Amino acid sequence: MIEDLILKLRKEIIDQLQLEGITPEEVDPEAPLFGEGGLGLDSIDVLELVVLLDKNYGIKIRASKEGPKIFYSVKSIAEYILDQQKK
Amino acid sequence: MALLITRHMKLQDRRIWVNGIVEYVSEPGSADKLFRSVYHHYDIDYPKFFKMDNLCKLAFLSTEILLRGTDILQKYPAEEVAIILENASSSLEYDQKHVESIRDRNKYFPSPSVFVYTIPNIMVAEIAIQHKVKGENAVFILEQFDPGFIYDYVSELFRNQQVSCCLSGWVECYGDQYQSFLLIIEQEDKIKGFKGLHKYVIFDTANMLELFKGKSI
Repeated sequence: MIEDLILKLRKEIIDQLQLEGITPEEVDPEAPLFGEGGLGLDSIDVLELVVLLDKNYGIKIRASKEGPKIFYSVKSIAEYILDQQKK
Repeated sequence: MALLITRHMKLQDRRIWVNGIVEYVSEPGSADKLFRSVYHHYDIDYPKFFKMDNLCKLAFLSTEILLRGTDILQKYPAEEVAIILENASSSLEYDQKHVESIRDRNKYFPSPSVFVYTIPNIMVAEIAIQHKVKGENAVFILEQFDPGFIYDYVSELFRNQQVSCCLSGWVECYGDQYQSFLLIIEQEDKIKGFKGLHKYVIFDTANMLELFKGKSI
C-alpha cells in the first residue's frame, strides 16, 4: 500500500513543483527533500507541498512545527498521509 | 561625466541580437518553447529557471545573454550595480492565473508558486539573486518602451553617485507576445582602456530608440 502511494506521490511532487529533468523513478523516497543530497527544494516548494496534501488528499497541515518531520522525504509524507487517513 | 551604452541585446520574433548582430534564431513555437530553446542554446545551468513565469524567464535569459563575456559584475561593487526595467503588461498573465485559482470557493487552492510571480519586480529579484546584485532596482509600468523615462531616471542615479553601472531596458511578456531590450550603461571614465566611441554608443534617448528599432549607430 505505502509503495503505491510513494509511486503516486513522486509523480505528483514532480508535477506540482515543476521539477525539470527528473523522472519519478529518480526520486529516492528516503532521501531528504531539502538541502544537500535532496531535490534542492525551497520555502515556496514547502507551501506547494502543503497545497498538494490539501488538494489531492484533503489533509490540512495546521501546525507549522510539524512541517520538517512530515516533509523530510517522500516516504515520510506517505506515512503521514496513511496515518491521517486512519483517523 | 559621459554615460555610454557599452553593450545591448534584444530578443524579439524568435531572434536574439547582441550589439545589433543576430546571434540566435529559434524554431517557430510558443514563448515557453522559445525560452527553453534559448536556455539550452546558451548552455545555462540554473534549475530554478523552469519554475519561473514567462516574464521572469525572459528577463533572466536576456540578462544572461547581456552579461555573457563581460566583467561588469567583477568590476563594480554589487551595491553600485542598478537594475531599472520597464514593461507594459506588468505581471498580468500570472495575476490572471492566480485569480482563476481562487475564483471557485469550492476549489480554492491558490498556488504559492503562482502567487509569488504576481508582481513584476520579481523579475529584478530573480536577476539580482542569480548575480548577487545589490544596487537600486525598480520596474516601471508604461504603455510602451519609453527611452526618455529611462534616460532621466538612470542619469539621475549616476548624477547622485548612487551607481557605477546600470542594467536597464524593456522586458515585456504576455502570452506568446514577448520582447526584451536590455542595455549596460557605464561611465566613460570607468571603462578600462577606453579608446573612443567606436565600440560604444552615447547613452541618450535618441540612441536608445534607434537601437530598440534595430538600427545601427
